[in-house]
Amino acid sequence: MNLFFQQIINGLTLGSIYGLVALGLTLVYGILHIPNFAHGALYMVGAFMSYFFMVDLGAHYWVAMAGSAIVVAALAVLCERLVFHPLRHSPPIHDKIAAIGILLFLEAVVQMFWGSDFRRMSSPFTGILNFDGLIIPEQRLLIIAGAFVLVVALQLFLRKTMTGATIIAMAQSRDGAFLVGIDANRVAMMTFAISGVLAAFAATLYAPINLVYPAMGHLVIMKAFVIIILGGMGSIPGAIIGGMIIGFAEALGGFYISTSYKDIIAFGLLVLILSVRPQGLFAKGAH
Amino acid sequence: MFKFASMLMTPAAKYLMLAFAVLFPLVAANEYQVYVMATAFVWAIAVYGLNIITGFCGQLNLAHGGFFAIGAYTLGLLTADYGWSFWPAFLAALVMTAALGFLVGIVSLRLKEHYFAIFTLCVGFIIYLLIDKWEELTHGAIGVRDIAAPYGFGVVDFTDTTPFYYLVLAFLVFAIWFMGRLSKSLLGRTFIAIRNGDELAQSLGINLMRNKVLAFVLSTTYAGLAGALYAGMVRFIGPDEANIQHTFDMITYLLVGGIGTIMGPLLGTIGIVWITQSLQFLEEYRMIIFGPLLVLLVIFFPRGITGSFLTWMHRKSQALVPGKKREESKVNTVQPREAESNA
Repeated sequence: MNLFFQQIINGLTLGSIYGLVALGLTLVYGILHIPNFAHGALYMVGAFMSYFFMVDLGAHYWVAMAGSAIVVAALAVLCERLVFHPLRHSPPIHDKIAAIGILLFLEAVVQMFWGSDFRRMSSPFTGILNFDGLIIPEQRLLIIAGAFVLVVALQLFLRKTMTGATIIAMAQSRDGAFLVGIDANRVAMMTFAISGVLAAFAATLYAPINLVYPAMGHLVIMKAFVIIILGGMGSIPGAIIGGMIIGFAEALGGFYISTSYKDIIAFGLLVLILSVRPQGLFAKGAH
Repeated sequence: MFKFASMLMTPAAKYLMLAFAVLFPLVAANEYQVYVMATAFVWAIAVYGLNIITGFCGQLNLAHGGFFAIGAYTLGLLTADYGWSFWPAFLAALVMTAALGFLVGIVSLRLKEHYFAIFTLCVGFIIYLLIDKWEELTHGAIGVRDIAAPYGFGVVDFTDTTPFYYLVLAFLVFAIWFMGRLSKSLLGRTFIAIRNGDELAQSLGINLMRNKVLAFVLSTTYAGLAGALYAGMVRFIGPDEANIQHTFDMITYLLVGGIGTIMGPLLGTIGIVWITQSLQFLEEYRMIIFGPLLVLLVIFFPRGITGSFLTWMHRKSQALVPGKKREESKVNTVQPREAESNA
């Protein structure tokens, strides 16, 4: 039974990380209708920035996380200004190709500076909590708690502040938002910044129990896409629920079915669901 | 300048290019150059496939590299493990990629735009993972060795680089010829109609699903053809052939050359392959240049070399005819601005 709970914890951890990455992706999609293939690269840059701050500058874990969030948010805003903004009237295929261009560029730059080696990032939370035989590493607990705090903070920001409300308004109706005088540029930049911050936090939280390397974003971003398709593109609760579904499916599937095929589970699930329901599980009509 | 440029559009220019390609092994400095050119041709065939579904039909297929790998693996496994000889295995590779393309197509093409791109991204990744993990069938990370070379029925020996070069060239010429015929046919125009607008096409009585699946199967068959030739040429393949990087490379070739044009895939592929070859130090970091290049292209020259050239030619030829046509082109340039102010 303990083994089962162990997998539940693993599922929660994975689900939290996937959910955070998917949240950023779904926010950007909801506002700008861009599937940002470069989001995984932002996640990867976030991990490398934290690594850089911690190892090369000797910063504390939390400081590194904050620094990385700032850098990645700036990078995301830069992408919006330089790439997606000029393309806002182009056919949708151009956005996707441009996003792939950014992804390739960021990966190559990181690889140039740090090489393609796998690196280990330390964290001050190396302890292990033991609840009557159920072993939970502190870092995993931190991930789950961190994701929870971030999601709540994001909800408060979106529901309770004026800036947040403009983002929601724009996601609900572009034209309506323009009519009441919402500045589209500001909202777009804000959304990209939030997505960057979430990606950087997720990467910094996850890096200590995983490895840091230039291709680390590939799998995560693809799973995040699976999640937002499952949850309905642009839907915030959908991203969180979808993240948990994939996290649990992977943790339990990896344990009970096969470890070497665990990465296929998410994609297999997607193929299966889209074959039956092309609009996703929780898709809302107009969003 | 204009006169010279319009010469490039005559059929003579095409024969000139073909003549150059035929003579290339004679003027090449060494066998390696011939080999590089043959590789470029193989990739070009695959890029032509991508051009059908993405350039003509407007659906961004991110599993294209996966189908290339399926073609390569079908040929490789059949010849190395099951003792087939090259040409039957070659046909089997085409049938295999077409059949799998059909299966993937009927599921994925029910999805539109972003959903389709993301779905095919996942399909491409599933293909990669299966090749990498299904060791009983694919040998996993070890790869497939001892792939048969095409036999020349006692006339030519395709294990040599130069005869193989001509073999690839023959397939490439056929691929381009077919593409040219396709683009002028009703079917090709149907694909373009779908690219320009699903709903409009449907209201004209076009069966969206059937045509999209047809375009998809054609494109995967092209990819399979290229993959099989590739396996016959390098005779050693690994899971890396299914890496998403290859799909991204092909998108770069297509975009640089000119998406949705006839000569674009060829020009883009040959151009970039030779640039990366001559700048060997760039091999690992080439994406530092090609990544931003992709972005700049879609922003400023979304139609690539060939497309921009054709647009320029079109404007020039209209400028030579004063009066009515000029006004038409003016009207065209005004429209996007209006759309912008409405948004």
